[in-house]
Amino acid sequence: MTKPLPPGEFYQRDRRWHPPALSQDYKTSVTRSPQFPQISLENTASEITGPVFGHNDVNASDNDLLSNFAQPGESPIGERIIVHGRVLDENARPVPNTLVEIWQANASGRYRHKKDTYLGALDPNFGGCGRTLTDENGCYHFRTVKPGAYPWRNWVNDWRPAHIHVSVFGSGFAQRLITQLYFEGDPLIARCPIVNTIPDPEAVEMLVARLDMNATIPLDTIAYRFDIVLRGRRSTLFENRLEGN
Amino acid sequence: MRQKLEYLKETPSQTAGPYVHIGLAPGAAGFEIYGQELGRDIAGPNARGERIRVEGVVTDGTGSPVKDVLLEAWQANADGIYAHPEHTGEVEDGFRGWGRVITDFETGEWGFDTVKPGPVMGRGGQMMAPHINLWIVARGINVGLNTRIYFEDEAAANAADPVLNVIEWERRRATLIARRALRDGLAVYRFDIRLQGEDETVFFDI
Ligand SMILES: [Fe+3]
Repeated sequence: MTKPLPPGEFYQRDRRWHPPALSQDYKTSVTRSPQFPQISLENTASEITGPVFGHNDVNASDNDLLSNFAQPGESPIGERIIVHGRVLDENARPVPNTLVEIWQANASGRYRHKKDTYLGALDPNFGGCGRTLTDENGCYHFRTVKPGAYPWRNWVNDWRPAHIHVSVFGSGFAQRLITQLYFEGDPLIARCPIVNTIPDPEAVEMLVARLDMNATIPLDTIAYRFDIVLRGRRSTLFENRLEGN
Repeated sequence: MRQKLEYLKETPSQTAGPYVHIGLAPGAAGFEIYGQELGRDIAGPNARGERIRVEGVVTDGTGSPVKDVLLEAWQANADGIYAHPEHTGEVEDGFRGWGRVITDFETGEWGFDTVKPGPVMGRGGQMMAPHINLWIVARGINVGLNTRIYFEDEAAANAADPVLNVIEWERRRATLIARRALRDGLAVYRFDIRLQGEDETVFFDI
């Protein structure tokens, strides 16, 4: 019997691709951004391993925001959408069985949160969160409504583009990621100080979900495609050399 | 022909924002939706080892508590084994090693109950002192921050820890050492996190 190979290390995170900690135009980051350089660590078991989730953790209906908070027979107000895609790593390999969690405002741009006081109406049939596990091919999907844009205190007239917050785990704690999904064609994307914390326009493009007519349900629900890429891992070949085998 | 590298780029991070609770801890946002919220039990009743509590507050560059933080903890069991198929060894039933907590909206205090982890085998067979890995997100944090909690009462192991020793500034290593106290017989470790300023916590690019 062959000994199982030790898990591969993750590729270094490209810190110039991600937003820097400090972005002057996103004012909250000014006092919440560390100023010392981070200490770079080579991966150990503490970074390569991470929590494992299973079907005991998540109900099959948790990914349906159209029904998971609605009264029986009721439906939230708003444009009915499917958000679907794959979770891959940088080697383009699917990340199966990983937890994807989302949260969002309702169609009025209002969050179901005790701290949100925006004028937009709460929708009694919309909670605004969902979660699911990717399948063996890394695929996931949610049904929801398209969130509305909302104003926020940064400059006096800032509006967030319609967005869905997305949290993903991967297989190791070093892959942990939270990001935001935007919608193709939204003129607020280019104006948003949070979007613009990301320096490279190509990186921003990765956060823009595409209208996907092939995945729509005719006369029912329109669809957007959003693939998520987590950090890739070194090949076992290279690892063996490191181990001196 | 120019050779091409066929790698994808990682999806860029965005702040978790002020309403992270809706997605990751909806009860705190003010509504019940899931049968069970994830990350409540790091170490169930069967978990071996010393029961401990870890508490702290996250402060910003002005010294003010940050009241909309979400923290995730990832730790090995008392034998230094992670509950993960790729780590050699088995963990006891009910030990998960992963937890998720939020700060109190009024005070910014957070805390979780767990067991004290054991030392973990590090790179090149060097032992790492017992530690809990932390991942911190909040409004105003553009990319989740990684740090480690070490324990005051592990002075010898901490002094030999290969990760603490990578930190060139010895003074700054102290920001990763949780202070131990006893409360009603329970070991309570205090671990305050400073996002910015003179005593800024050491964060790792892992
Ligand atoms: Fe938002």
